[in-house]
Amino acid sequence: MNWLIAILQTALLVGLSPLLAGWLKRCKCFLQNRQPPSVFQPYRDLLKLTRKQPVLSHDASWLFHFAPYMVLSATVLAASVVPFIAVDLPTSATADVIVLVGFFAFARFFLTLAGLDVGTAFGGMGASREVTISSLAEPAMLMAVFTLTMTASTTNLAFAIDHVLQAGLVLRPSFLFALFALLLVAVAETGRVPVDNPATHLELTMIHEAMILEYSGRHLALIEWASQLKLMLYGVLIANLFFPWGIAQSLSLNALGFGLFAILLKLAVLTLILAFAETAVAKMRLFRVQEYLGFAYLLALLGMLSHIVLEVLL
Amino acid sequence: MLFLAYLAVLLSIASGGLALFVNQRVFVSSLWQQLPVSLRQQPFYCMTDDAHWRVVIQRSVFVLLGIASVAAIIAGLGGLLSKQILTDQIQLGLPWLPWHVRFDSLSALFFLIVGIGTGAVSLYGTGYVKHYQEQDHPFAVLGLFTGLFVAGMLLVLLADDAFFFMIAWEVMSVASYFLVAFQHENPANRRAAFLYLLMAEVGALAIILSFGVLASFSTGISFEAFRAAHLSDTWASIAFCLALLGFGMKAGLVPIHVWLPEAHPVAPSHISALMSGVMLKIALYGFIRFCFDLLDKVQWQWGLVLLLLGTVSALGGIFYALLQSNLKRLLAYSSVENIGIIFMVLGLAMIFMANGHPELAALGFIAALLHAFNHALFKNLLFLGAGIIQQQTHELNMEMLGGLIKKMPRTSVTFLIGCMSISALPLFNGFVSEWLVFQTALQVDVLESGVLRSLIPITAAALALTAALAAACFVKVYGITFLGVPRSHHSEKAVETTDKGMLTATALLAGLCFLFGIFPSLIIRLLNQVSSQILGQALKNDTALGWLWLAPVDAGQASYSAPLVLVSALIAAGVCYYFLRRTPDTLIRKSATWDCGFGGLTPRMQYSANAFTMPLRRIFAPVWQLDEQVKKDLSGALNQQVDAVHYQLHIQDHSWQWLYQPLENGVNSIAKQVSRIQTGNIRTYLSYSFVTLIVMLWMVS
Repeated sequence: MNWLIAILQTALLVGLSPLLAGWLKRCKCFLQNRQPPSVFQPYRDLLKLTRKQPVLSHDASWLFHFAPYMVLSATVLAASVVPFIAVDLPTSATADVIVLVGFFAFARFFLTLAGLDVGTAFGGMGASREVTISSLAEPAMLMAVFTLTMTASTTNLAFAIDHVLQAGLVLRPSFLFALFALLLVAVAETGRVPVDNPATHLELTMIHEAMILEYSGRHLALIEWASQLKLMLYGVLIANLFFPWGIAQSLSLNALGFGLFAILLKLAVLTLILAFAETAVAKMRLFRVQEYLGFAYLLALLGMLSHIVLEVLL
Repeated sequence: MLFLAYLAVLLSIASGGLALFVNQRVFVSSLWQQLPVSLRQQPFYCMTDDAHWRVVIQRSVFVLLGIASVAAIIAGLGGLLSKQILTDQIQLGLPWLPWHVRFDSLSALFFLIVGIGTGAVSLYGTGYVKHYQEQDHPFAVLGLFTGLFVAGMLLVLLADDAFFFMIAWEVMSVASYFLVAFQHENPANRRAAFLYLLMAEVGALAIILSFGVLASFSTGISFEAFRAAHLSDTWASIAFCLALLGFGMKAGLVPIHVWLPEAHPVAPSHISALMSGVMLKIALYGFIRFCFDLLDKVQWQWGLVLLLLGTVSALGGIFYALLQSNLKRLLAYSSVENIGIIFMVLGLAMIFMANGHPELAALGFIAALLHAFNHALFKNLLFLGAGIIQQQTHELNMEMLGGLIKKMPRTSVTFLIGCMSISALPLFNGFVSEWLVFQTALQVDVLESGVLRSLIPITAAALALTAALAAACFVKVYGITFLGVPRSHHSEKAVETTDKGMLTATALLAGLCFLFGIFPSLIIRLLNQVSSQILGQALKNDTALGWLWLAPVDAGQASYSAPLVLVSALIAAGVCYYFLRRTPDTLIRKSATWDCGFGGLTPRMQYSANAFTMPLRRIFAPVWQLDEQVKKDLSGALNQQVDAVHYQLHIQDHSWQWLYQPLENGVNSIAKQVSRIQTGNIRTYLSYSFVTLIVMLWMVS
């Protein structure tokens, strides 16, 4: 039963991720005085892509075919670890937060290799920038998450959330630092403004789009879906780690329904904040990104130090 | 067990000895003639052809080495499973100093590592040595010193007194010097070999001195006596520092790592694999034996030193690896990084040990050993893979490679597995050990000292950066070498190697990387044995170490189940594939790469290795000593037309300028001072002798 709910929860998370992308687009359009597409547009796009005939370069190798499947399954695995509507499900024990970061690294490894595979300048450029940004973002993310996990003295996400729930609403400086760090990292890792702009195809600025330029058809659909799922995952992670209230702690139908409602509400609010930020902030130069991520790293480190200095003694 | 261990040593020496006969066909057949006729009915005799003879000898040398490695693996596994400590004495060497031998689980573990490494090399070697010309690169030298090198490493593991240990250590060092100097026609190689010998000997001196400190507090030079010795804190710290210098030099800690990126790339690839994958682990073994076994107790300050040195090595190693474009040099720097991670977590183990948390110390200790084991597997694999690339393309410069994934499909798969393991991606073995390192670092809350409590998370952050950079580095390695379009004629003409041994060796190592990535508990159970023997403490939670789950501290704190992850990954990928399976409408169409409508894509338009790391090079610029030069050939009216652009990048290690240059200058200036007393006048020299004689007589009387 538990396993069934865990699988259903993962499926729901995977299934709802295009909806989040649609909602984000809608919010942005709304803020920028544009006519928004339907929130279900990402589903239609994915469906359209799966029906199209993929075109592959003569220079593409087996790795190029293989990569989209690897990317999506690694991201789905990451989704299975993150508590979405209910906590204490068996899947969260199979992997902890370090493994979660590992899954993201796994997906990125294949995506960047696929970028280099065809041998165009665009792919190489995207891959090079992606590994640069991620190698700065990954430590910051780990540090931010470690702050939380040290407070709860577990690296298991479900147990960490349990701990936060039991502790009740305590204002911890370390959590505040970690929250801000994680927000900054999430923006960088999911390729949003100001680090990357998912809406443009301009060689000076693009990162993610440059890497996947050679993909088409179902392969592109898989990668798009994976990146929407990644955005969703970061949202869920931030929402449930820092504001876990509402998440289902028992497996009754009521609790689950309420949990789903709560997380959707939290995500809607988070997305609105992201849309505001994306509208208000301009994309920054590539070589300003290290300052941005360095700041995130510093915040995470401050969070950890404040945990160690201030909170352990309490 | 001990019999098998001796057998492994003897067989490896025998394989070295056999190699000497590679050019002695006439001699051997003349010996054969003298045998009675009844014994001569063997196929052996019919080999009259020199070339055939050489191939047979080469093959049998590697077969002997292979049997030796199998014996070492069985001895190692047996030692780990039987939980016994075996001791023995050999009446060799000086008459009143028999060699003490001891085979406990720590030795057994490293026997296993040496055995696996040597086994892979013995499968691989036959194919690899084929392309050496006998006149320039005699096989006798290579075979002899390979055998001695392996024997030396095994003897180090068996040694139980300082004398025997140093002899074995020197056999290992000197034999490997000759292997590094094997391709001596190139002056750079001779220089690298000399640097290696110099640093190995300085390191050996430091080790002798550290043994000396221990010996002065104990009744003899056997390790048994050392264990019983009680040192004051100061003397123990002095011994520790000397051991750190000596073993650290061999292991390649920053800043005493400089021989490593010079020596490893110039040796033949299977030797580089042995040196990087196995010999560095022997240095680690020596260090663990010295600190955790021989010294009676550890101090937390040592742990701090190790932690900091390890962090600097890990970061330094990966930063330098990132910018290399020579494949083997890059791998050598990456060894520095991995050794750094191992020392870092050993430092954590020491800190926990000294602060009275033996269980966490055991966790750190096991993480260190596991990472050593894993590193031996994937570094061997990567060096052997690099050797195949070198043999098939005659090129190690990544800027000249590319597109090998289609030319060498099998090598590309095994190399990919190596890259994924070393990048610490889930499902592969490198991830498990880094996961354990993080778990150890996160237990910092139990410590009393505020400084340590805030320092350790910072080193954990550095480790996170290291892991991320390592992934970036190996994306570069694989992406530039195997993917894309061939960048040179050599890589365009490359074909897969036809030698089955070479492919089997890499496939075997890749398989082990995957196996221990999925079932890490197999090896962790054995490591627990080592920990309980050396530290006197094992991980308590034996039930949590089931075959399916890995939960080192407590199932409530952290758990990881690779088999379940694998199963769910397969399900996820299968479902994707099932829903997207090819219908006739969506069959893949092959077409030219999109060239933005301009036409004429060339391989030179791809990202190169240097271009790939350019953003990181710019962000972390102060880490390296960079010398970047762009020269333009100008022509035409007013020199406005650019004909060609030359780009040169030279990367220098900071430690050369800050540590070795002053050292060299110091030695030179002292030498100059000394030369003052050498006047060249015979009367002065005679008076020196006279004065010396007087002083001696005075002292004696």
